[in-house]
Amino acid sequence: MLNVSIYRYNPEADAEPYMQDFQVDTQGKDIMVLDVLEKLKAQDATLSFRRSCREGVCGSDGVNISGKNGLACITPLSEAVKGNKLVIRPLPGLPVIRDLVIDMTQFYAQYEKIQPYLINNTPAPAIERLQTQEERAKLDGLYECILCACCSTACPSFWWNPEKFIGPSGLLQAYRFLADSRDTGTEERLANLDDPFSVFRCHGIMNCVQVCPKGLNPTKAIGHIRNMLIRSAT
Amino acid sequence: MANMKTMSFDAVIVGGGGSGMRAALQLAQSGYKTAVITKVFPTRSHTVSAQGGITCAIASDDPDDQWQWHMYDTIKGSDYIGDQEAIEYMCQTGPEAIFELEHMGLPFSRTEEGRIYQRPFGGQSKDFGKGGQAARTCAAADRTGHALLHTLYQGNLKSETTFLNEWYAVDIVKNEDGAVVGVVAINIENGETVYVKSKATVFATGGAGRIYASTTNAHICTGDGIGMALRAGFPVQDIEMWQFHPTGIHGAGTLVTEGCRGEGGYLVNKDGERFMERYAPNVKDLAGRDVVARSMVLEILEGRGCGPDGDHVYLKLDHLGEETLNAKLPGILELSRTFAHADPIKEPIPVVPTCHYMMGGIPTNVDGQALTIDEDGNDTVIEGFYACGEAACVSVHGANRLGGNSLLDLVVFGRASGKFIEKQLREGINLKEAREEDIDAAMVLLNRVNDSSDGENASVLRAELQTIMQNYFGVFRRGDYMQEGIKKLAELRPRIENVALEDKSNAFNTARIEVLELHNLFEVAEATAIAAEGRTESRGAHAREDFQDRDDENWLCHSVYFPAEKTIGKRPVNFTLKTREAFAPQIRTY
Repeated sequence: MLNVSIYRYNPEADAEPYMQDFQVDTQGKDIMVLDVLEKLKAQDATLSFRRSCREGVCGSDGVNISGKNGLACITPLSEAVKGNKLVIRPLPGLPVIRDLVIDMTQFYAQYEKIQPYLINNTPAPAIERLQTQEERAKLDGLYECILCACCSTACPSFWWNPEKFIGPSGLLQAYRFLADSRDTGTEERLANLDDPFSVFRCHGIMNCVQVCPKGLNPTKAIGHIRNMLIRSAT
Repeated sequence: MANMKTMSFDAVIVGGGGSGMRAALQLAQSGYKTAVITKVFPTRSHTVSAQGGITCAIASDDPDDQWQWHMYDTIKGSDYIGDQEAIEYMCQTGPEAIFELEHMGLPFSRTEEGRIYQRPFGGQSKDFGKGGQAARTCAAADRTGHALLHTLYQGNLKSETTFLNEWYAVDIVKNEDGAVVGVVAINIENGETVYVKSKATVFATGGAGRIYASTTNAHICTGDGIGMALRAGFPVQDIEMWQFHPTGIHGAGTLVTEGCRGEGGYLVNKDGERFMERYAPNVKDLAGRDVVARSMVLEILEGRGCGPDGDHVYLKLDHLGEETLNAKLPGILELSRTFAHADPIKEPIPVVPTCHYMMGGIPTNVDGQALTIDEDGNDTVIEGFYACGEAACVSVHGANRLGGNSLLDLVVFGRASGKFIEKQLREGINLKEAREEDIDAAMVLLNRVNDSSDGENASVLRAELQTIMQNYFGVFRRGDYMQEGIKKLAELRPRIENVALEDKSNAFNTARIEVLELHNLFEVAEATAIAAEGRTESRGAHAREDFQDRDDENWLCHSVYFPAEKTIGKRPVNFTLKTREAFAPQIRTY
């Protein structure tokens, strides 16, 4: 039997959050953390968490697993259990709505701030806009972001300034459009980011890189944005 | 419910996946007050899991490609019960819809000429089946659904669509004339129940693969729109037609794209034999999905399956080389390593046919208007009600969908619905206001669930339902088995209607949502079962051991399931093309 300790909080019933202990029969299999959550939900339907695709592409089930942010559906117990114990908490730094469900409003607000859509006001051709394979390759490692918030909620700068610092996820997406050969909004985008907080609160500690379940590198993208900002200032 | 909060919109789209967001985008761009009700944040919708691409004759891989060839393939793939008018519209309009997505920023992979990369998929041909394999599926690596869904969400942010994220639509509100005038919905975060009133209500609620125990579908694919439509007394069409995708990862159910075979991968049995050469000598592993899935099951049944239990086959990719796999199928490498513990660069992936797609759904015309059938057998538009995407049956997939055609269906008919509603809104839509009793009628299920006390556990009942569907309505079907399955479902209905919701709290109560979803799953399952038993032939994905041949004399038609009487009617297939003569049914071989 696996010992599982889970963060519980129901605002209608609980004065404060607490950790609840469960035992789960995994039949010795190396199942995913999400499978454990589903087993617990069958035992106790009041346990709330988000999940959708169960294959690591929708970004619903970002949680803190034994101290590290990750997606429950693609984290096997062999990577998560320490001393026969699995500890699951909500992603840190954002308000908790209930149990493992966090309020992601601030996270999404930062995403919206970077104008996350292609800007190109030149008349579109009758077919697609052409883009070379080399130009398209610049978007690899950027467009794959699934907005799970594992990175931003692992970032102390985001914890301190969630209203003003865009955070690693939003900045990765900012660079996804800055790097797109089809986008003509570079000047506008950089002007939008040019303040002491939006980009420059990143201190390069790379927590984001360590936790990204898609293996992406926001710190590197932030470095590119910094360089572009510095170049545009001189 | 006189004191229920009401919100009012020109158009409400239920569902934030590809078709819903494409419809919403169209309407929001034109300045109409548009809301999307979605039970998950939009980019968590199941469209995100689409991998291989979106099929469309954009003439990139082959400058001489023609949309008419795509039309031919789709009609043949449908086993001739796809509506030809709708298929013509989709294939002809497709390129426009794809180029729009590209202009919005969708990061398609590219050819050396800088155009959109296209790969071969099953069932694709040139020159009406006579010119060999085509490569017509436009791809963003093997993450096309992700790229498409995020691009559409971004477009909607730009156009300032109102998103009611993490809201759950419970039931349809009909006015005294039977027209649809919105839905009752729950704000999941705080449990508030709201009447969302609308001049046009679009169901883009996706599929219901979770009626089966083994499915590629996300947890959220619970057929909510189909359940709501059936409870409102509206019919569904061709609901017996379920696609089993040949390559779900054995044990996990997660999808492995057909693009793997498009890029040159192939299936082998335990003897290492490339067995598709026997079943489809011409195109082998790129035959229609129904054909490949059946061949795999036959290999397994005849003792040539792989693994200790001989219950799957292998998908071989290692011969393609590490470089190609990293460039073309990076997502598959991740999925296989995570869920199959197999590295495709070195070893094959264990795969098995897995429930994947609902070809049937709410019958609509090409403008997305939902249809019912009157007493004389004529199509009748349901005022105020529209559907698109997997929830709809327009019907472009007939009895078997071709790979890459679902994403095209989403964008083409999401867009078409939006355009048509725009036109109607411009001309003025005047539906009678819902009366108090009309709204109360949409609250019956929710009230019953909220008042429940001593019933059974939802997760146990859901598992029973999924097992029945898996055992009695799978890849191969048989009359006596199906009758047994229908009996079991009938016994299950009262137990599900009496399911207990112990947790009555309001804040993010996912237990309540799961109970409501279970009701929808059941409605879809029952309709599937009755329609499957009723269609006494084999066609496309519907393969019966007791009726092994296609029966064009009696069944070259849609089935229509009427929920009130639980009966099956027939509706003619459309055989009218605008641009040429219709394609007459042929024997379907690959």
